[in-house]
Parts: sequence; C-alpha cells; structure tokens
Amino acid sequence: MSLVLGALQIGFILGMLAIGIYISFRILNVPDLTAEGSYTLGLVTSAVITVGGHPYLGILGAFGAGVLAGAVTGFLSTKLKIAPILAGIITASGLYTINLMIMGGDPVISLFDCPTVYRSAYAVLPMLSKDVVKVIVSLAFSVVCCVLVIMFFKTGIGLSVRAVGDNEDMVRASSINADRAKLMGLSLSNGLISLCGGVYAQYIGTADVNAGAGMLIVGLASVIIGEMIMQKRNIVIGIISAVVGSVGYRAVITLVTSFHFLPSYATKLVSAVIVAAALAVPAVKDGAVLLRRKASEDM
Amino acid sequence: MLKITDLSKTFAPGTPNEHKAIDKLSLKLDEGEFVTIVGSNGAGKSTLFNAICGTFYPDKGAIELDGKNITAMAEHKRAKLIGRVFQDPMKGTAPNLTIEENIALAYSRRRGFGLTPAIKAGDRRLFRDMLASFDMGLEDRMKTKVGLLSGGQRQVVTMLMCTIVPPKLLLLDEHTAALDPATSKKIMDITNEVVKKHKLTTMMITHNMKSALKTGTRTIMMDSGNIILDVSGEERDKMTLNDLLEMYSKKSSKTLDNDRMLLN
Repeated sequence: MSLVLGALQIGFILGMLAIGIYISFRILNVPDLTAEGSYTLGLVTSAVITVGGHPYLGILGAFGAGVLAGAVTGFLSTKLKIAPILAGIITASGLYTINLMIMGGDPVISLFDCPTVYRSAYAVLPMLSKDVVKVIVSLAFSVVCCVLVIMFFKTGIGLSVRAVGDNEDMVRASSINADRAKLMGLSLSNGLISLCGGVYAQYIGTADVNAGAGMLIVGLASVIIGEMIMQKRNIVIGIISAVVGSVGYRAVITLVTSFHFLPSYATKLVSAVIVAAALAVPAVKDGAVLLRRKASEDM
Repeated sequence: MLKITDLSKTFAPGTPNEHKAIDKLSLKLDEGEFVTIVGSNGAGKSTLFNAICGTFYPDKGAIELDGKNITAMAEHKRAKLIGRVFQDPMKGTAPNLTIEENIALAYSRRRGFGLTPAIKAGDRRLFRDMLASFDMGLEDRMKTKVGLLSGGQRQVVTMLMCTIVPPKLLLLDEHTAALDPATSKKIMDITNEVVKKHKLTTMMITHNMKSALKTGTRTIMMDSGNIILDVSGEERDKMTLNDLLEMYSKKSSKTLDNDRMLLN
C-alpha cells in the first residue's frame, strides 16, 4: 500500500515536470535541455526560502526562478540565434553555478524540522495518515497546474505559443511576434519544471545540487507513456496525459525496483530504455513491413 | 498605396554565388490596383514579395506602404498591413490547430492578443459566416485540424485568414499553381470576389499568361530583377497573349524558357 501511495505522490509531483517537457518538446517543438538546470534551480530556491521560514513563498520563488531561466534560453535562441539545443545546454551549465550560489556554496541543504507545505497540510487534515495527505497535496499541485496551463493555452497568447511550434512563418505573417511567443513558451515550460523541483524539495525534505541529473529523460518518458495511454488527440488531453504518464512511469519504476528485479539505482537506465524504445517504434514498424515484403517476394 | 524606389538586393555578395536578385527596381501602385506579375523563373518576382514583407532587408532603396516607410520595419509588424498567400498550401496555416483557431490567429491583427480567450463569443459565428460565403462546406468543420484538409481547402482558409482583417496590400504568390484546374478556378473566383469586395490593392504572381492579362487592372513583366514591361488600361485590354510573348522576347532578348507559361 505504501508503495502505491509513494508512487502516486512522486508521480503527481513529477507530473508538473512532464507538463513542462510536454510544452517544450511537443507544443513548441523545441528540444529544450534547460530542464535539468531549471529543475534543480526550483529545488534549491524552494529549499533556501523554506529554511528561511516561508514554504509558500518558496514554491512561488521556484516558479519565478524557472520562468527567468526559460527566458534566458529563449533569449539565446531567438534574439541571439543560438541553436535551441545548445541554448538549453548553455543555460543549464550556467545554472549549476547559480544553484550553488543560491545554496551559499553547500551542495546539500536539509529541510529537517522546517515548516513545509506538506507539514502544514498534516495539521489541516489530522484525521488522515501522512501518506494520504502527501498524495492529496501532490495531486492538488498537479491538478491546479493542469487547469491553469490548459486555460492559458485557450487564451490568445496561449494560442500564439501553440501556433509558433506548428508553423512559425504563418505566425509572423499573422503579425504576431514569433520570438516573443517562443520565449513565453519556454518560460512557462521551465517555470513548471522549476516549480516541480520546488515542490519536490519540500516533499523529500532535502535539496541536492546534483538532483537534476537525468530529470529530462524522466519527463520525456512520462510524456511518451502518457501518449501511449491516452493517444495524441488535442492539447487538453495532451496536458492531462503528461500527468497520467508521470504516474504511469512511476508505477513502472516502482514495479521494477521494489520487487528487486533491479537495484534502485537502475531507474535512469530504465527511463532511457523506455524513451529509446518508444521513439524507435515507428522505425521498427517500417522495418517489419519491409522484412515482410521481402519475405513474400522471396516465395 | 505602395511606393518602391530604387530597390536593390544582392545575395551572397563578394562570393562566386553572388546573385543580383533585385536591381534598382521602382514601382508605384495606386489604391485599389490589381497588378499581375509575370516573368520567367529567377526573374525576382518572389524576391520582390519577400522584400515587401520584410523576410530580408534590402541593400538599397525604400519601400513605402500607405504613406509609411516600412523599409526597416520588423517582419511581424508590417504583417499587420500585408496579407500574403503562398503557392504551397502548407505555408499559410498551422496544421495542428483547428480551422477556427487558425482564423482566430489571423483575426488577432484587428485587436491583438491578450490573456482573454482566443476565440470570443461572437467570433465563432463571424468566422462561420465568412467561411460559408466561400461555399466550400468548410463552415461545418470549424473544429477540424487544418492538417486534415486538402490543399485547395487549406488555400481557402489561408485566403480568409489574409483578408478577414482587410490588409492594405494583398500579395498572391502563384497561389493556385499547386492545385488542380477545377480547384484553381474556384480559388481564382474567390480571389476576385474578395479583392472586389474590400477594394484591396493586390499583387499577384502567376505563370499563367492568359490569366495575367485577364485578371486585375495592370500587368507587369519582370526579368533579371527589374520591370521590363508595365501595361494597364486600354493598351492592356487590347493586348493578346501573342503580343505579350513577343514583347517578352524583344525586351529581355531571350525567348521564354518556361513551357508552363505558354501551355496554360
């Protein structure tokens, strides 16, 4: 039971990461590698502010910091014409130092005994077990994010962000500032990823400067699993499917590691395999068709 | 309405690939004029459109539209004044957005975009009615993704998007060339109707010499980045296809190398 609850807790929190990745990879069509830096940025920002006694401000701060990080990547790729993949790497490496600066040079911060969003929820819902409360708080975060993001993409600005990933020339021809739309999309994406880190810090009670390693692949795996579960249909389904995929991904990881199929440090290899396998499906299908044709011609 | 003075653009200057795409070109269009543009491949027709739209900045010369100097204005800013339809039906619309979302994007020219819903209460009916007037049955598919439409249907949506907020200048870049003859005629009919209705100042590139003389109010012929022929009024009314071809060989001192222009 606690395994299931644990998977749900982390699955919902990382659902925000998955939404962020969905926005950059699927909606904007930009392979944005800022994620690993902006996730840690949120983690440490939230941790430092929480240690200072303001857990809610920590969550907001994490989101704001991520928005800025996304804006830097957006600026590099639109105004300075650096290839997006490289722009993300540049921002992410720069963030490593920024993150350590925020932490005051300590690579690890503990939130032991600090008031956190989760601890204040225990006080509000004393009749429920802590594990259940954690699920509720995590679920609330991802649901609120889903709703707000979906609402955003129904607005005019949201529509121009979606269009810029679909046909940039047409957006320009419609007299919309395509660069600004892209920058806003990247800001929102990294804001959510950073927010995810911020919530995770308060959930787990510690912040490590290396926590971001491999988070991009976790987010991608979630997006892909979500699409396998719910199909690619429209933007509303797409955003919800990112969170569903995140929970699905967590279920897979829990299954693989908790019954001692594989050691717990195998999670990243498992994610890498999931992503590679899912991305290979179209090519494998084509190959299979070709083989079948060859076989029938030989007969 | 449109005034181009001494416009020049050279691509890859100082390299073996140097190419003078536009060479000291001047052109003046009055309000409501409908100019058709002919010329062989590489004559600079599309380059001229790109210069007007701001895809690149010219080396020399000035472009004035509706009394404003737009020579150095950013592409998306001058897009407010200009509507452009390309030959490739894929270019003018976003495939993963629905028909109504695409139209809403174009409609943002009128009122800009904010954090309010992209498609407002009255918009749906307006978009539907306008699309219905083109008589293609698209008004019942407003929530269909544009990527699922045929080339002709996409071109109709693009036409509506370019004219839903009437532009100061409409640029048509062989916008029927990729379509079958029946659809092509349909799009031409819609074009004439829309241009007439809004009294749009229009420039249309075409490879179809016959329709170049038949459509619009003025015809210009381009060669090597400049205008070599400019006819309108009575002179143009009397002109036959043969006259036009002869004129071309004489002025450009070569014969037409493009079968498509002759066979149409």
